[in-house]
Amino acid sequence: MSTATDNKARKAPAGERVADWADGRLGIYSLAKANMRKIFPDHWSFMLGEICLYSFIIIILTGVYLTLFFHPSMNEVEYHGSYVPMQGVLMSEAFASTLDISFDVRGGLLIRQIHHWAALIFVAAMIVHMMRVFFTGAFRKPREVNWIFGFLLLVLGMFTGFTGYSLPDDLLSGTGVRFMQGAILSVPVVGTYLSMFLFGGEFPGGDFVARFYSVHILLLPGIMMGLLVAHLILVFYHKHTQYAGPGKTNNNVVGMPLLPVYMAKAGGFFFLVFGVISVVAAVASINPIWALGPYRPDHVSTGAQPDWYMGMPEGLIRAMPGWEINLWGHTLVLGVFIPLILFPLVLGAIAVWPFIESWVTGDKREHHILDRPRNVPTRTAFGVAWIAEYIVLLIGGGNDMFAQYFHLSINAITWFVRIGFFAVPVVAFIVTKRICLGLQRRDRDKVLHGRETGIIKRLPHGEFVEVHEPLPQGKLHTLTAHEQYKPIEIGPTVDENGVERKVKATEKLRAKLSKGFYAEGNQIPKPTVEEYKEIQSGHGHH
Amino acid sequence: MSSQEIPEEKHLPSEQGDAHHGGVAVADDPFADPGLPVHKPRIQDIDERAAKRSERTVAMLFTLSMLATIGFIASYVIFPVDKIVYIFPLGKVSALNFALGMTLGIALFCIGAGAVHWARTLMSDVEVADDRHEIAASPEVKAKVLQDFADGANESGIGRRPLIRNTMLGALAMLPLSAVVIMRDLGPLPEDKLRHTMWAKGKLLINQNTMEPLRPEDVLVGSLTFAMPEGLDEHQHDFQTQIAKAALMIVRIQPEDIKDKQELEWSHDGIVAYSKICTHVGCPISLYEQQTHHVLCPCHQSTFDLSDGARVIFGPAGHALPQLRIGVNGDGFLEALGDFEEPVGPAFWERG
Repeated sequence: MSTATDNKARKAPAGERVADWADGRLGIYSLAKANMRKIFPDHWSFMLGEICLYSFIIIILTGVYLTLFFHPSMNEVEYHGSYVPMQGVLMSEAFASTLDISFDVRGGLLIRQIHHWAALIFVAAMIVHMMRVFFTGAFRKPREVNWIFGFLLLVLGMFTGFTGYSLPDDLLSGTGVRFMQGAILSVPVVGTYLSMFLFGGEFPGGDFVARFYSVHILLLPGIMMGLLVAHLILVFYHKHTQYAGPGKTNNNVVGMPLLPVYMAKAGGFFFLVFGVISVVAAVASINPIWALGPYRPDHVSTGAQPDWYMGMPEGLIRAMPGWEINLWGHTLVLGVFIPLILFPLVLGAIAVWPFIESWVTGDKREHHILDRPRNVPTRTAFGVAWIAEYIVLLIGGGNDMFAQYFHLSINAITWFVRIGFFAVPVVAFIVTKRICLGLQRRDRDKVLHGRETGIIKRLPHGEFVEVHEPLPQGKLHTLTAHEQYKPIEIGPTVDENGVERKVKATEKLRAKLSKGFYAEGNQIPKPTVEEYKEIQSGHGHH
Repeated sequence: MSSQEIPEEKHLPSEQGDAHHGGVAVADDPFADPGLPVHKPRIQDIDERAAKRSERTVAMLFTLSMLATIGFIASYVIFPVDKIVYIFPLGKVSALNFALGMTLGIALFCIGAGAVHWARTLMSDVEVADDRHEIAASPEVKAKVLQDFADGANESGIGRRPLIRNTMLGALAMLPLSAVVIMRDLGPLPEDKLRHTMWAKGKLLINQNTMEPLRPEDVLVGSLTFAMPEGLDEHQHDFQTQIAKAALMIVRIQPEDIKDKQELEWSHDGIVAYSKICTHVGCPISLYEQQTHHVLCPCHQSTFDLSDGARVIFGPAGHALPQLRIGVNGDGFLEALGDFEEPVGPAFWERG
């Protein structure tokens, strides 16, 4: 017994010795002290960001595998692989090697399909995650920078996806590249130069696959990896936000520790996401380039659709009227150039909202308690309007599909998109705001009058009433924990001596917006303690 | 953003969300924070048999994952890469792809399900609170940093020696020019490349299906024929680039149905040849309505009327399709009477 303890005193266990070695060089103990038992709040909506992270990792893993077999070359070859219908067809090496990955490399098709499915899920998860952050106000100070990092990841993710699905040089993706080249040509003054430089000459030339390849596998993912690491470091540094509730304040974070619970749940979730995507790739084929054939600039198939996240710019380009202005020997291709400009503007509208909101409120405090969307009607309405715009453009991007499957006139759909582009977001904004206010009223009623029990009571004089049960204190607290801003006032512009005070136009605008956000009628005053006591002491209901 | 006109903070809520910090119910305030709810034990916390059951479930999931991995390796060895099987309701699928994907999926999913089940049923689920600390530094720290910066800047002398500062900024600003200049050879200058195609006077129209020169009698009313210039071969290295501009669409319309005067002049006996490349963003147009003589681009649905100078009648295209002037040579074959008179394909700044 005593010798054993002596041994232990002399020699620490192997794991501890390794940790000691690392600590002496990397300082891991200090790092672990701060993070090993770090608290993470638990809520399903906090998993959305994890889906983004995990699908990104899956894309990197499968992407590395694909580079082992893919030949990023546009040299024309005659196909002699095992896919019989394509034998003898002239195609680029890029297309031929994609056929090889699909038909000759064992497991190649699976990895290709996992890669593509994961890419679709990655971008979708980023949008949904962004919506969660937006509608709960998680972008507020101190997280504005992280919001921008996330937005950049979304934009880069879209372009990485586009350059990726263009690589096989198949008929569909080549058509997409042609679309992009046509859009570049529309840029005033430098369009033709940009196109020549990007394609190494006239379209399609022999360079773009190799160029897109380095952009797709190195340049864009490299930048994304950097942003992603920064995004995660900031999540750790700021500590996670949480929903209002008993025991949860702006100064604490309530949840379970990283080791072991969060590590097991989050780590396990990676395997769940990967597992589901693998099964999807096993049963659902995606981008069957062998059915499309190699790219020929004079061939096309009907129902040409980009991957879903490019449906929004596609909708812009399809709905835009073909305006062209010819002046002094030059052409302004507005019909293509305006959509090209609107693409980043529509996307960016959601990205700048946090800065507009913080300017209007003038709030410089940190916010770690999340909002319920209904309690911030203007923000929620704006977010829904943005989503509505996005959906209108998606419909525009798939107008041929909608026409075909729903037996509608393609012209009618296009006109719907042209008008809906302006009208639908406005309608969505108004409707959402009304719904939010209605839900706020309902919360107010619930706090003041209690929960509807469904028990009908007949009073001695014959009246029927429904019994309301007062909410427990925790629930009361949750429903009244949110803050309500008051609209800012410019105040009198003339002082008591009749001297006029100058008010900047931007301040007037700010006051106006603030009124639109927070004035009476734009939010329902939350119940006060006095109101509550008065109603509760009034021995009854209603 | 701050302004003198509107006093800050006045419109902000008077109390922050944590005004009731302390977690004890204030008798007077029914909305006060009652503090973290008491932890409710799970069945596994109080019943060792339930905990054992959870343990077995987790172990079973991990074991299933191992079996699935063995299944993955076995599938890789067993199934030939080209074996197609019928699986309801998927239809005919690659056996290897299906087996590999399912086994990999199960192997991964079971690890995840096991870990999550373990965390949810057996690991402590007591919620604990951590304190937050303000992100911004304290005034003392800020003052120290500003002083350090001032000291550093002062010691460098950058403020006192503008000559060094300005030349350094100049050098750093100019350096990226090298990176810009070195990009020059990415591609040639546009010059008039977009204005010309392979078509020239006397070039025969080659039917893309038969690869034979077209005769007027080959083109029937109501048919749509795709043609390319004589001398263009699939095997030549710039075929893709040439066909991207030269692709031609030929239809025959009764001459009396042709509404546009120039179109009639440039046609031969009702046979008209138009560029197949859409003037919107360059998709090849391929859908033809023989009764109306409308053609539709399947990419963005621009619609052109081939009986009226191919003007745009719907969709996002900005101008009509360019027409190729054609005639018949001495041997009775259709031939081009020159190149397109305007650039084909999408519009661009220099198009004019």
